[in-house]
Amino acid sequence: MQNYKYQPVIGLEVHVELKTKSKMFCRCSAEHFGQEPNTHTCPVCLGLPGALPVPNKTAIEWCVMIGLALSCEIPLFSKFDRKNYFYPDLAKGYQISQYDQPFAINGKVVIARNEATKQSLKKEIATTPSVSRNDAKVIRIRRVHMEEDTAKLMHQFGTQNSNIKTQNEEKYSLIDFNRSGVPLVEIVTEPDFSSADEVTEYLKKLQQIVRYLDVSNADMEKGDMRLEPNISLKKVSLRGMVSEVEPDRAISRDRHANARDDNKELPKYKVEVKNINSFRFVDKAIRFELKRQAELLDKRETPAQETRGWDEKKGATVSQRSKEEAHDYRYFPEPDIPPVRWTESQISNLKSQMCELPDTKFNRFQKEYKLNEYDAEILTREQELADYFEEAVKVGKEHNITSKSIANTIINRKINTEQVLPAELIKNIIQISQTFQINPDELEKIVEQVLSENQKAVDDYKKGETQIMGFLIGRIKQHFPSSDTNQIKKALETSILNT
Amino acid sequence: MLGIIHLGGVLDRTPRKNVMKLNELTITQAREGLQQKKFSSVELTKACLDRIKQVDGKINAFVTVTEEEALEHAKHADKLLNNITIEQYNNYPLLGIPIGLKDMYMTKGIRTTAASKVLENYIPQYDATVVTKLKNAGAIIIGKTNCDAWAHGSSGENSDFGPTKNPWNIEYVPGGSSSGSAAAIAADMCIASTGTDTGGSIRLPANFCNVVGLKPTYGRVSRYGIIAMASSLDSIGHFTKTVEDCALILNITAGNDSCDATTPKKNKPDYTESLKKSVNGLKIGIPKEYFEIGLDKEIKEKTLKAAQILESLGAKTVEASLPHTEYALACYYIIVPSEISSNLARYDGIRYGMERTNFGDEAKRRIMLGTYTLSAGYYDAYYKKAMQIRTLLKQDFDRAFEKVDVIISPVSPTPPWKLGEKVNDPLKMYLSDIYTITINLVGIPGLCVPIGFTKNELPLGMQILGPHFSEETLFQIGNAFEEVTKNEGWRKKKPVL
Repeated sequence: MQNYKYQPVIGLEVHVELKTKSKMFCRCSAEHFGQEPNTHTCPVCLGLPGALPVPNKTAIEWCVMIGLALSCEIPLFSKFDRKNYFYPDLAKGYQISQYDQPFAINGKVVIARNEATKQSLKKEIATTPSVSRNDAKVIRIRRVHMEEDTAKLMHQFGTQNSNIKTQNEEKYSLIDFNRSGVPLVEIVTEPDFSSADEVTEYLKKLQQIVRYLDVSNADMEKGDMRLEPNISLKKVSLRGMVSEVEPDRAISRDRHANARDDNKELPKYKVEVKNINSFRFVDKAIRFELKRQAELLDKRETPAQETRGWDEKKGATVSQRSKEEAHDYRYFPEPDIPPVRWTESQISNLKSQMCELPDTKFNRFQKEYKLNEYDAEILTREQELADYFEEAVKVGKEHNITSKSIANTIINRKINTEQVLPAELIKNIIQISQTFQINPDELEKIVEQVLSENQKAVDDYKKGETQIMGFLIGRIKQHFPSSDTNQIKKALETSILNT
Repeated sequence: MLGIIHLGGVLDRTPRKNVMKLNELTITQAREGLQQKKFSSVELTKACLDRIKQVDGKINAFVTVTEEEALEHAKHADKLLNNITIEQYNNYPLLGIPIGLKDMYMTKGIRTTAASKVLENYIPQYDATVVTKLKNAGAIIIGKTNCDAWAHGSSGENSDFGPTKNPWNIEYVPGGSSSGSAAAIAADMCIASTGTDTGGSIRLPANFCNVVGLKPTYGRVSRYGIIAMASSLDSIGHFTKTVEDCALILNITAGNDSCDATTPKKNKPDYTESLKKSVNGLKIGIPKEYFEIGLDKEIKEKTLKAAQILESLGAKTVEASLPHTEYALACYYIIVPSEISSNLARYDGIRYGMERTNFGDEAKRRIMLGTYTLSAGYYDAYYKKAMQIRTLLKQDFDRAFEKVDVIISPVSPTPPWKLGEKVNDPLKMYLSDIYTITINLVGIPGLCVPIGFTKNELPLGMQILGPHFSEETLFQIGNAFEEVTKNEGWRKKKPVL
């Protein structure tokens, strides 16, 4: 029997597209989804000779806000860098990004452990700094930086478009520059995840945060969030000691210079899966990789350090680029953009402009409105719903309606908050409570009348056909329109029981 | 009578007994003549175009001459001249005046090549900010001037459209990289012209061609729409026949541009106002490191003589020291190729119709150097080190300017050399920029003004350097020197072509 097991070591890079009006370095509209190709372009985002980037202030502020929301430090000095590489979707031959001095560093996100993770945790020796002892787990954020999106390549087949002549008449590619230069924020975690579930948990949280901040629609369908997990396996001795098998401290997981080196010994390889656009696919890709790598390790092989892609049709990851083919991006400070220098007051000013974040709201709802975790979680999932609830509570107060009953109504009755205004909701609740006022004597009389008229139904009910109750209630309601169903139901049950 | 006119006593700088060709006028003279209806913009423009036809076969200052458009715009300028008041006229400081633009400046609808085959057929969709400003001032664009391809070079010989010759002796180089712009002014093919200066590309050719050339403070003039060489050093300047004209153009081109993040929102003075100020009491530094071994004896004497002349006007000269000078060239040839390798990446053979094999040797050399110095494992040893030296060089000048108002130095260690003399020795060619490159690394302004001729009848100039945004002081000194030497014989010389 094996005296070790594999512990997943997973890190994540997420690109979030901001919803600023204009692009990152020019005044073109940043709207690109479903637009006529190449209509939102100018010399800057086309990378024409002589064009220069001018940074979008709002985008930078939003990037800092994301950093603040992820409990990051905001260095007072920051700068842009050029990342040089060739690709047809990159007009300038380099991407303006940030290398060693990003806008935000050293943050954290607290995620809830789900049952599966909790179980595996019990067996795990909790030595990593990221592991806390309660039901929450801290995922450390390494950095949050700002960059520009590339143009979009569309690979075509056939010769339908007679305007386009290609040497090979079967394949050609079109470039849409509408997306070129749209602001992107990249959020990089430390390799702190130990399961696909934790990754999903984190992603939901991140999506929720950027939506709360109102800086991105975080719409997966539109490619607003692009996900890149890096996955490897660490051998752990079952006797309670981290195995010394194949560790390598010298490996930097990233060329990002401020990568913190307090990571526990990491496996000496890392597999990156690039550009996934759905939470579900990330989950599948991670599970696939964990299995694939474990099988290789079982055969005493070290998985190759490489970049892979998720192939949904195959249900597998496929190799794209090996370590040897890795780019040397030749980063250097972007000379066209002066460095960014913040003052403490500018940062605190940005902080004060930020809305209440999901975690804070979740805690406050429990305390202030005496809600349980379940209700508070549902009501704070989206900012709009939380606001709706609070508005309803305000109105409800005047009518002595408790926040708890408002929460129950919203959650159990699945209120369409777009159609029913908070004030209307309160009116409804009042109406419902007012229908309790049916005279019990009167009700009893009608109940007996209805029961005697529908003897067969009563018999069926007694035989166990409980759904017949609805029919009986309906009959009674004919006498008391807009009355409370529960009251009628109770009276019926009592009456049937007594016959 | 077109092209030649009697101006009576109106012009005090007339070099030849009141008879002057229109194309030989300065901006100030041309403005005066146009305003007084002594001649029209069409006549002025034709005079320049005729001169181009007459001599540019020998000089090769222009890559593209825009005769038709220029005449069309001149007609329009004449119409405007006939219909506006003097107050309105002052809003068009270059109305009807023909200028040349270095072929690094984006001109909407006019081919822009950077003197490289790679962009041989490239017609831009937009105007550079400076081009827009010059057009709005009423200038007539007469053509695009030749230069070293991508502005890489000190002699003009790296142009893919053939070298430009020095109008003062066509066996000699005019200096580069803005070779065509300087030669065009020296040979009176236009009234003013523009250039770019990344390591001396305006000052060196001005120096070799007996014209005035300004490299403004980095960021004083927008770079938007001008093909980038090394973005952290590129300065956008111009060539004129007088210091006064130079100030007049900076009035138009300087200022914050919302399209260039490196142009500060800094107050822009009227640069012509400082021209007449006395230099009495100004302190001029003579940097000892710039007058040591390797400097041509005649240049040394002439430059120190120029400083003496300024002393006679009340300025004081003192010795200054720039101790890190010896590291400047190495520093420059790391930072500049690094930025070039990135800036030229967009000419990838896909979008501009020409393959990358069309890059010349010098561009390839710099792309390879820069790619190497930025590579993983070499970055710290080269680029990072060079940036540290750059800081030391800045400190050198900061310290020097605590003691002096300006620094005067030679522009080149040698007079103009013969065509072909250095083309096979890149290092020797690089050394000709030894006095100019540091200024770009530091970002300060430099004004090059003519100071005379060598025994071999080749032009010489000096550069006046000041702290960031001190262009007014440079004009003040340059103009004083020009005034006090205006009656000297060499001032009246014209190249024989």
